[in-house]
Formats: sequence, structure tokens, C-alpha cells
Amino acid sequence: MEMRAVYAACLAEMMENDKHVVVLDADLSKASGTLALYKRFPEQMFDCGVAEQNMASIAAGLSSYGFKPWIESFTPFATRRICDQVAISISYAKRNVKVVGTDPGIAAELNGGTHMSMEDIGVIRSIPGMVIFEPVDEVQLRAAMPVLNAYEGPVYMRLFRKELPVVFGEDYKFDLFKADTLKEGKDLSIFVSGMLTADVVEASRLLAAEGIDAEVINVHTIKPIDRETVIASARKTGAVLTVENHNVIGGLQSAVLEALAAEKIPVCAVGVEDRFGEVGKLPYLREAMGLTVENIVAGARKALSLK
Amino acid sequence: MNYDLKEICKDIRCDIMTCIGHLGVGHIGGCLSVVEALAVLYFKEMHIDPKQPQMPGRDRFICSKGHAGPAVYATLANRGYFDKKELLTLNQGGTNLPSHCDMNRTIGIDMTTGSLGQGFSCAVGVALGSKLEKDGATIYAMIGDGESQEGQIWEAAMFAASKKLDNLIAFTDYNKMQIDGTVAEVNDIAPLAEKWAAFGWNVIDVEDGNDVEQVEQAVEHAKLGLGSGKPTMIILNTLKGCGVQWIVDLGTANHNTNVSEEQAAAAIREIRGED
Repeated sequence: MEMRAVYAACLAEMMENDKHVVVLDADLSKASGTLALYKRFPEQMFDCGVAEQNMASIAAGLSSYGFKPWIESFTPFATRRICDQVAISISYAKRNVKVVGTDPGIAAELNGGTHMSMEDIGVIRSIPGMVIFEPVDEVQLRAAMPVLNAYEGPVYMRLFRKELPVVFGEDYKFDLFKADTLKEGKDLSIFVSGMLTADVVEASRLLAAEGIDAEVINVHTIKPIDRETVIASARKTGAVLTVENHNVIGGLQSAVLEALAAEKIPVCAVGVEDRFGEVGKLPYLREAMGLTVENIVAGARKALSLK
Repeated sequence: MNYDLKEICKDIRCDIMTCIGHLGVGHIGGCLSVVEALAVLYFKEMHIDPKQPQMPGRDRFICSKGHAGPAVYATLANRGYFDKKELLTLNQGGTNLPSHCDMNRTIGIDMTTGSLGQGFSCAVGVALGSKLEKDGATIYAMIGDGESQEGQIWEAAMFAASKKLDNLIAFTDYNKMQIDGTVAEVNDIAPLAEKWAAFGWNVIDVEDGNDVEQVEQAVEHAKLGLGSGKPTMIILNTLKGCGVQWIVDLGTANHNTNVSEEQAAAAIREIRGED
């Protein structure tokens, strides 16, 4: 199932149960998968048109009236374009608004560099009060949506729109503030978020064939990062690799490095090497940005060599 | 209760001078220019109860030109939301009265504002919320003329008209001055009434926005537009620094300026007509 279909179904259920859940778009409801909800919930769905700043601050106003607004756009327009509105109208004002950015990083594919956010986590991570969540698959997304809705505060969700390989089993238990250990290991820790999680799982199998026992941890919530799990795993294995569909500056690697600042543990990264995106399909973009299973395996070997 | 609005305006102006004079510096010009609108709203038109600042269904005021915070605080204190003594804590470390309005710190403040343009969109969101709740509240907002250079103001204007938010009555404090010069010199917003009309708003142009009777009439007139399907913009042609001649005479330098306690005391005598 496409991630946006799961997302829209969860929103529909929440709106059905609570008239105060409202959704605001900036002319991208079709892309976000929520267009069909307009007919069903005419008093809870609002399209602001191509005006993201207004959308963000309207949501803050609605929140002051007791509503629980979700706003959605592509990641660059939900973050860097409205950074001040997210910072001031939403987080500084302590408003309960959920900000959803779709098509993170290379997922923007044919929309190309202008629509490809490599910096959104960095932008939002430096705003006090913001929680940042990036789901791995439909199971995690389905489990997370009611938790996000119940959480009283601003959250940025970085949402891949289309289908993703399922990583979690149906018995999955979600904790917004607890990272998930997908595979225990003793040689190195690999921390990953979002769409590359399945690739890390695959890389860990290849590493196992080489006799390298990698621990794989999904950091679905990048802020606040689960320091306890990150530090405990890094201390146990003594080497770290971070993997992210984002600039290596400001994203998961930065968050992990901050958590491990007092530890003498090598940290390597697979991520976008401080460059803008470009147009292309996912296989091309994975190669161009170095976000491949081969690179994850190579990164793991490098981290191990630094032990 | 019927208040003498002219006297209320004097009280608010004096308290603005006292708190900014005590601190020594502040956004004095744009605080003094909005006093009549605040007096009319808080002492006549708004359905509010200072004893129940979170009363459901209350009318709300959002000061999008958040730097007029001291004027709003002086108004709230005069209306009984909190003790006037608290005004002397303006901008002191740990105060509940920061330079720009903060809904999480100050009793009676309905929205956090200060990053220009955003408060107006928030007000539009509040007006939408009130419509959805069908609670009959009227939502008031104040924007600055310099603030009207922000693109977000016009995004909000378009949305409010498009969604027929006729429970929204906004004011522009058209004092014609901003930090770097006159509004006309820096980046002219004229013709302002025509712009708002073109965006689908009812427009009321008040010749003297510092004449409390004119402001009162304008709000009464605007209230007739509740239910018209259109939001209303009241353009207040005001004087930046109104009430204190030396501040008016500073011209565009009066946006944020030093005020000594002696100057504040002299200004209070001027406002009271004691000189």
C-alpha cells in the first residue's frame, strides 16, 4: 500500500472520531493522497492554495481555538520555505500543529533539485520544541499516526508518499520517543531513518555473509533522538555508521554525533554529501547521491576499520 | 458599563509612557497611534470578561503588529486583566510583558505575534475556528502599514475573503511611517482602500484614526457587515506618536526610541492637558 494511502486513511479515521482534527493543504492534496477527503469532511479540510506561509499560521490560529491541525506540502515547502512560520507561529507559540512534508530528499525524483529537500531535518531540528519523525514503512506509519495526533505539541513528519518495502511485523509496538532495534549485533551499530531502512537491513545480511555482525537501529524520531539507545548501542559495538536520505550536515549523522560527542567512538556516514538534488528516477538518484546498499556495506567496513 | 473613551485613551497613553519611560526605550510611536482602536475594542465593542480571560466564545483581538505590545498591555491593565504595577516589568528579564505579544505569558493575549505578517494569518485561522465552532464570536486584528508590505498579509487577505470570514474585522494602523522612512518612500502600499476592496473585503476608511468617535462609528458600521459574507478592513489614518508632540516631531525616528522618566513624566502632563 502506498504510504500516502495509509496516511490519508489514518487522517480519515481521526477526523471521523474527532471534529477538531483538521487538515490544511497548499494545493498539493492530490499529491498527499488527501484530495478525496474533501468531500467526506467538508468542515475539516481546507485548501489554502499556493500559500504555505498563510497555511502554517492559519493552523496556529486554529490550534489556539482548540483544533488539531495537520498541514501538508512537499518537504521543501513545509520546512525551508516556511521556516519562520514553523518557528514562530507554531513552535514558539507552543501550538499543537502537525507539519507533514512529503517526498523527502531523493523521493522528489522528477520534480528535481528545486523540490528536493536535503536540508529539511537540519532546518527543523534547530527550532526548539519541534519533534521530527520519519516513518520507515506503512506498519510504522499506521502505528504512529494516532500517537502523533495525541501528542500535544508540534511535530514535523517527513513522509515518503509511495510504496515502501515493509520492514516491521504486524505485532510492531510503536513508541514515538524510542528507537527500534531491528537486528542486534556486536561489531558495529548502523543508525538509519526513513526509506533507506530496508536497504540497511539488506546491507546487514551482506555484511553477515562477510562475518560482520551489524546492529541495525531505526531512529524514526530524529528529534528528540533516543540518546539512551544510541549511546548504549555505540558503546556496545564501538563503531557507528549513520544512513540517511538527507544532507550529512544537520540530519541524522549530526544528531547521532551530538549524542556521541563525549564518546571516543568512530562515526561514518552514508548520506547526501552537502549538495543539492537533481532530476532523475530513484535508481539514478541513489547512485548519484551514493545512497546504495553497496555504499552502506562499504561505509560499515570503513567504520569497523576505524575501531 | 459605559466608559468615557476619551479619558480611557488618556489613561492608556499615560501608562504606555510610564512603562516605556521606566524601561528607557521602546516602540513608542506605533503604540501611541493605536490607542483609540484599543480603547474602543476593549472598553466598548468586545464581548470579553477580564475575570475569565479564557471564556469560550469570547471576542478576540490579535495584534499582528506585535511591537505594539506595550499599548495592548496598558489597555489590558486598565480593563482589569492584571495589576497596573505589572506594567513596570515591561521587557525586564523574566517578565510576563515582553516587547512583542505572547499568548503563553500574558493574561488576555490571544495570540503570539511579532514576526510581521504571521499574526494576521493566525487571526484568519482564529476566525475560521470560530466559524467552525459556530460560537458567534467576532475576531479583531490589527496590522501595521509597514507590515502590509509582507506578502503573507495578502495571502491571508485572499483566504479570508475566499472563505467568507465575515466574523473578522481588521484594522490597518496607517500612520504612514516605518523604520527606514515613510511608507510611501520605502515601498508604497497605496492605494490601500482599493487594494483591500479588490481582495474582496468591505473597506471602511477612517479619516482620523485617533479620533475615538470616528473609530467607534467605524466599528459599529463594521459590525453591520457581520453576516455579509465579507471580512472588513478598517483603515485608520493615524499619527505615529499621537498624543505627545516631541514624539510626533521625531517622525520616522519614533518607531523605537529612548524615553527618559523625565520625558515620560512631561508627556503624561501633556496627555492630561496639565501643561
